[in-house]
Amino acid sequence: MDIAKNSILYLDGVAVSFDGYKALRGLSMVIGPGEMRAIIGPNGAGKTTMMDIITGKTRPDEGEVLFEGSTDLTRLDEAEIAELGIGRKFQKPTVFESHTVRDNLLLALKADRTPFWTLFHRNTKDEDNRIDELLSTIKLSHRAKDLARNLSHGQKQWLEIGMLLAQEPKLLLVDEPVAGMTDAETMETAALLRHIHKSGKSVVVVEHDMAFVRELDVKVTVLHEGSVLSEGSIDHVANDPKVIEVYLGR
Amino acid sequence: MITSFLLGGLDRKTGIAILVLALIGIGVTYSNAFLADASPLHVSTGNMLLFGKYAAYALLAVALDLVWGYCGILSLGHGAFFALGGYAMGMYLMRQIGTRGVYANPILPDFMVFLNWKELPFTWVFFDHFPYAMLMVLLIPGLLAFVFGWFAFRSRVTGVYLSIITQAMTYALLLAFFRNDMGFGGNNGLTDFKDVVGYNIQADSTRRVLFALTVGFLAVGLWLASSIVNSKLGKVLIAIRDAESRTRFIGYRVAEYKTVVFTVSACMAGVAGALYVPQVGIINPSEFSPANSIEAVIWVAVGGRGTLVGAIIGAVAVNWGKTWFTGVLPEFWLFALGALFVAGPLLLPKGIVGTLGGLFSFGNRPSRVVPTSPEPAE
Repeated sequence: MDIAKNSILYLDGVAVSFDGYKALRGLSMVIGPGEMRAIIGPNGAGKTTMMDIITGKTRPDEGEVLFEGSTDLTRLDEAEIAELGIGRKFQKPTVFESHTVRDNLLLALKADRTPFWTLFHRNTKDEDNRIDELLSTIKLSHRAKDLARNLSHGQKQWLEIGMLLAQEPKLLLVDEPVAGMTDAETMETAALLRHIHKSGKSVVVVEHDMAFVRELDVKVTVLHEGSVLSEGSIDHVANDPKVIEVYLGR
Repeated sequence: MITSFLLGGLDRKTGIAILVLALIGIGVTYSNAFLADASPLHVSTGNMLLFGKYAAYALLAVALDLVWGYCGILSLGHGAFFALGGYAMGMYLMRQIGTRGVYANPILPDFMVFLNWKELPFTWVFFDHFPYAMLMVLLIPGLLAFVFGWFAFRSRVTGVYLSIITQAMTYALLLAFFRNDMGFGGNNGLTDFKDVVGYNIQADSTRRVLFALTVGFLAVGLWLASSIVNSKLGKVLIAIRDAESRTRFIGYRVAEYKTVVFTVSACMAGVAGALYVPQVGIINPSEFSPANSIEAVIWVAVGGRGTLVGAIIGAVAVNWGKTWFTGVLPEFWLFALGALFVAGPLLLPKGIVGTLGGLFSFGNRPSRVVPTSPEPAE
């Protein structure tokens, strides 16, 4: 249990199946506080299902999912988990298209989320400053007043990361942040994630793009068919015969 | 807190609309009361009643636009809330008749005497008190919407499935209210009203007050809806409309928000129904018919979904057209309505206000943009 106590996220023997298809079979993983972790794996390895379970979208059939060593995430819904401090970025950029960039961040900003207080909410100076800060972090200050729908694909991804940060989460789950990005955008995204990590947050990045994973330069977990195949530095993983077989063997 | 909330609702478009409504309310009642019948500016009582009815429909349209245009809940059963508010008002008006009914029973309305009932059912007991009846006008549609919404939204019923069950809800109520043993007048509904708060309901002066009140409540409803839409809660509603699961993952309890806005909207629809009944003089189960609710959706679509003011314009324009058309070519009205349903979205996908707004960039607040293809996240 010591391992669980000292972790921000603790998964033990997590299994789930959909209509007989076993998406996860005994997945176990520990993310330490302030750690950045990259998760790779071929299609169908269970990466997105894992995110769904951590964020309360899917309930596991078996296994333990603990946040900060004590909170059982399998009993909470999406909103409760978000309030605990877990932010999630989707694979496809999902921002509020008909809101301005600024309003997107305002909605994500940590605040009382009950309908009553939201109805009577007024922007404070602090909030405005916080939004300005976030805008400069995600390099979108010049587009603050534009509608999110008019952003480029890469900018939408950054805005979504900004929305995650606005929630002041302890743990960020980032699903394929560089899919569809240009090389320059990919490198900027890596820099942005490293910046977030340096500011003390735990980050879990799911990605296919090996150049990007190298650029992140962190511990890598390889998933395959719903469980962990290999774990370690990028070089260790890349030389693991089991990994080579899965990625190149067929 | 309340003040800043209400001031937030007074954007330019809403301000102008409220001003216009105020001018219409004052102008029409003045013209009806003081201008000679021969004067070209004289509004006859018949026309005033007609436009009073349109104003009640417009309030229903605003209520519907609040949930559909801003939160993406396509309710095909909003007519039910309208009718329930109408019934609450109708029950009060029935109790006002007293001994002037055909059977001259001081307590029981005529249809109950006719059915050989000896006692007033509990549902009717306090309806002779005006404040109680007005409370019920808000409470009954609100409560139904709250319970219905709570179960539907908590189970994450969305899209066409939700539309279908709202339609089923109003149809179920239609069948229920047709039954005589429900105690709401069955097939015939409630009619033959005499007084409202002591004033003769047929008198021109009463009708002027009713007209002014309806236009007034329409303005208040518009203001309230606009305040909600311009608040942070309104931004959350639009967020839900555009990307529901994103909203959930940043920590908003979507079901609570939907239930709140659905309930507020149902209360507004109830008020609209209560204003409608004394002006048309009857409420019967046909008000629950699914076609009515669908027509309300057409008003909003024609006027411009997600614009509020458009809902008013759409409701008045379509109903005016209907009145004119059914007068000139009565057998073709349904074809015209069908053509409107097809041509409207084709030619004016954003509705009258949405299209004009695009041309003159009038009131083109970013939040007013309706998504071309609302896609679910993931």
